[in-house]
Amino acid sequence: MGDWMTVTDPESKNISQNTSETKMSPSSLYSQQVLCSSIPLSKNVHSFFSAFCTEQNIEQSISYLDQELTTFGFPSLYEESKGKETKRELNIVAVLNCMNELLILQRKNLLAQENVETQNLKLGSDMDHLQSCYAKLKEQLETSRREMIGLQERDRQLQCKNRNLHQLLKNEKDEVQKLQNIIASRATQYNHDMKRKEREYNKLKERLHQLVMNKKDKKIAMEVLNYVGRADGKRGSWRTGKTEARNEDEMYKILLNDYEYRQKQILMENAELKKVLQQMKKEMISLLSPQKQKPRERADDGTGTVLSDVEEDAGELNRESMWDLSCETVREQLTNSIRKQWRILKSHVEKLDNQVSKVHLEGFNDEDVISRQDHEQETEKLELEIQQCKEMIKTQQQLLQQQLATACDDDTTSLLRDCYLLEEKERLKEEWSLFKEQKKNFEKERRSFTEAAIRLGLERKAFEEERASWLKQQFLNMTTFDHQNSENVKLFSAFSGSSDRDNLTVHSRPQQKKPHSVSNGSPACTSKLTKSLPASPSTSDFCQTRSCVSEHSSINVLNISPEESKPNQVGRECTNPKWSVASRPGAQEGCYSGCSVTCTNSHVEKDD
Amino acid sequence: MNFSEVFKLSGLLCKFSPDGKYLASCVQYRLVVRDVNTLQILQLYTCLDQIQHIEWSADSLFILCAMYKRGLVQVWSLEQPEWHCRIDEGSAGLVASCWSPDGRHILNTTEFHLRITVWSLCTKSVSYIKYPKACQQGITFTRDGRYMALAERRDCKDYVSVFVCSDWQLLRHFDTDTQDLAGIEWAPNGCVLAVWDTCLEYKVLLYSLDGRLLSAYCAYEWSLGIKSVAWSPSSQFLAVGSYDGKVRILNHVTWKMITDFEHPATITNPKIVVYKEAEKSPRLALGSLAFPPPRAAASPLASTESKYNVPNAIWIWDIQKLRLFVVLEQLSPVRSFQWDPQQPRLAICTGGSKVYLWSPAGCVSVQVPGEGDFQVLSLCWHLNGDSLALLSKDHFCLCFLETEAGSVQPSDSWAATGRTCA
Repeated sequence: MGDWMTVTDPESKNISQNTSETKMSPSSLYSQQVLCSSIPLSKNVHSFFSAFCTEQNIEQSISYLDQELTTFGFPSLYEESKGKETKRELNIVAVLNCMNELLILQRKNLLAQENVETQNLKLGSDMDHLQSCYAKLKEQLETSRREMIGLQERDRQLQCKNRNLHQLLKNEKDEVQKLQNIIASRATQYNHDMKRKEREYNKLKERLHQLVMNKKDKKIAMEVLNYVGRADGKRGSWRTGKTEARNEDEMYKILLNDYEYRQKQILMENAELKKVLQQMKKEMISLLSPQKQKPRERADDGTGTVLSDVEEDAGELNRESMWDLSCETVREQLTNSIRKQWRILKSHVEKLDNQVSKVHLEGFNDEDVISRQDHEQETEKLELEIQQCKEMIKTQQQLLQQQLATACDDDTTSLLRDCYLLEEKERLKEEWSLFKEQKKNFEKERRSFTEAAIRLGLERKAFEEERASWLKQQFLNMTTFDHQNSENVKLFSAFSGSSDRDNLTVHSRPQQKKPHSVSNGSPACTSKLTKSLPASPSTSDFCQTRSCVSEHSSINVLNISPEESKPNQVGRECTNPKWSVASRPGAQEGCYSGCSVTCTNSHVEKDD
Repeated sequence: MNFSEVFKLSGLLCKFSPDGKYLASCVQYRLVVRDVNTLQILQLYTCLDQIQHIEWSADSLFILCAMYKRGLVQVWSLEQPEWHCRIDEGSAGLVASCWSPDGRHILNTTEFHLRITVWSLCTKSVSYIKYPKACQQGITFTRDGRYMALAERRDCKDYVSVFVCSDWQLLRHFDTDTQDLAGIEWAPNGCVLAVWDTCLEYKVLLYSLDGRLLSAYCAYEWSLGIKSVAWSPSSQFLAVGSYDGKVRILNHVTWKMITDFEHPATITNPKIVVYKEAEKSPRLALGSLAFPPPRAAASPLASTESKYNVPNAIWIWDIQKLRLFVVLEQLSPVRSFQWDPQQPRLAICTGGSKVYLWSPAGCVSVQVPGEGDFQVLSLCWHLNGDSLALLSKDHFCLCFLETEAGSVQPSDSWAATGRTCA
């Protein structure tokens, strides 16, 4: 099998390079070649196959291929052998089929390869993404680790600081203690010193005293003119034991008086307080007694018995009226009863609080609280009213919308709407002014038209004159007389006498030309008719129709938008322009200005 | 408000007689007694030297003039101008002289507080009291004049002696539990004696008339203590001002603290009116506008507080409500202030030419008229509260206030002299 490899042309060297194993079956080589790349494949394969099979080894090649193909599960390339001796014939069909199959397989493989490549690409990008993610996470981890380390460091530092501060605090405390000790010792020392100094001072004082006082200082004296009487007028008394006792007595008397005074004051205060207490108690009883039934019914927490006790107590107290006595029993009773009542009041208040909270929680079904209920009812009523009002408004809105939608073509509804939509009217007025302007413009246009028509008329006149002259000539020349021609001449002559404007209108619309009665020939009549503006279409008079048309053509400019929205109403609107203006919805403005001329024309056409 | 003409004065010695009829003033060594209403000179006495102290006797019959330098006291009688009395303390010297409440005895304290000599004007008898203590307030008489309490110092211990003033008999003698007693003061009812310790220690002791210790109060330790003590006129409260910048109010039943008033640097309560003296305004400007409710009976307490070591502000507390009521902030340090004896009205002077009056209705300042600058250094109320003597260094004048028709009952106005002049 190795011999064919030697024959490979230089072109296939790159293949052999690609295929590291030289000793390979051609099929494997081929398959490898297929896998290698699709672009050099066609060329290489071609050359390869040309090398693979030569004139000499067709048979072997075929048999080899057959073998290979059969091993891959393809049908045999040879025809069914009838005998063993006979040489097997190559089945072309089978070969072709095989080739086709192989090609299909090849294509499939290519597709699969492409898919695999794309998938590979995808996976590669995924991989990249994941890798970048991984890198990022790694970085994050690193930073957080660093942060953690930093925090740990800070924590350690803080702890260190704390320890230091603790130490400092301890030191300070010690210092304070020391200082206090110092202060105390200083104080004692100071006191000691002071005492020593004072003793010295006292000694000195004593000495001075002796020196000064014992010297019989004659200077120390009082000179007085005469002794004055005592302030109280009495004589001074000798100092005896009696006076001492009297002084004592007096002192105690004063003290006693003071204490009595104070006691009196305290008693008075007590009486006041008792009065207040009694009043409070009474009020408490009166406050609690009417409500005690209900709490009793509701919750048996022993308040009832206490209440009765209290009442008994109160009765006792009132009976005995021991207010002036302040003996202990009464005091005890009083304080006890007050305490009890206070407890009751407290529980009652708490209960009330609970009730209130319950009411808040449960809703509004507490029958006790009438005012609350009233309030609730009132609010409910009001809410209902609001609801009704809302509904009314809604229905009104609906009705209005319905009217707007349905009743556009009705005279009465339009009138109604006239009544309703005042602001719409305002807007319409505005539009009306716009329309007027438009009308003016149109008028201008018409004037220019008429001017052009006049010119045309003049030309026509000239032409007619020419023609007349020509006809004359012909008439003179010809012997026979054409009737129609003469009629034409008649007609033209009749019109030539009328106003230019009317002439124009007639001639601008040649299809309107009808054989006409002679009665219309008077120019005075036509000029008059042009002035009569909104003429009813029922009049069969030709000229009137004309003028009407001309009028309509101007009015129709105003009616563009309604006609656009409702083309089926054109005719009517044209016949009754005033109405159509009034009923025109105001929403469509501004679109008529651009197409005014063309529309006019078309409408005119339609009208006619 | 009217002002009298200006009279000469020396040594800020100008006093109304206790009965309110006379006004005694000193000019060098002369003593001038005037009628309060007419200001006519009634008597003129000449002393031996420049007068350093004068005092009316309780019955307004005598005036004592002390000349400490010479150790002399001269007594003059208003009824008998020719009557005279001269007490010479000789070489023992003299540092203080005062009347006993009966107006017939004079208590002279010798130099070095060696003793107190009690001279009688009725008899020749002379009493000596040894060992008086040299302190802030060592002698106090009860309101009714019956008893005198005297602080003493013997053998490095403090004692208090209670004397009966009528015969100078020692009634009680007891030692006090103080390190270094600084002052004593009777309650107005004359039954309780407040004793306070030196500024080194916060200690108030309350003794009954019979010498029993009723209570002791100590707010804190290891710090400077009491600065001043004042009784309420009803004897119900004792105000104690201390170096921690607080005034503590003790009650008379338990002798415990009811409340303490601070002197906050900033006042946030809008109910408290702060009157600030404006720089150039003749009137005081209202610092904050609040309207304190009308009170039936005012019982304010005032104290000045040192600001930058100078007492510029006066604090008035409402004792009924036990809260700060008004703060008066003056531009210059307060020299003197005194309650009107009849109604809650406070007169203040700051050494300027203005006198300030505060009442619950508001605050006014009045310029003292006259040529030259009249610097009001001190002031004193007349008994009925309708005139005020304003004293400057060399002059004095009377200020007459408009009196209302109905005289107000003696109020329990109460000024704590918490002045500091550190």
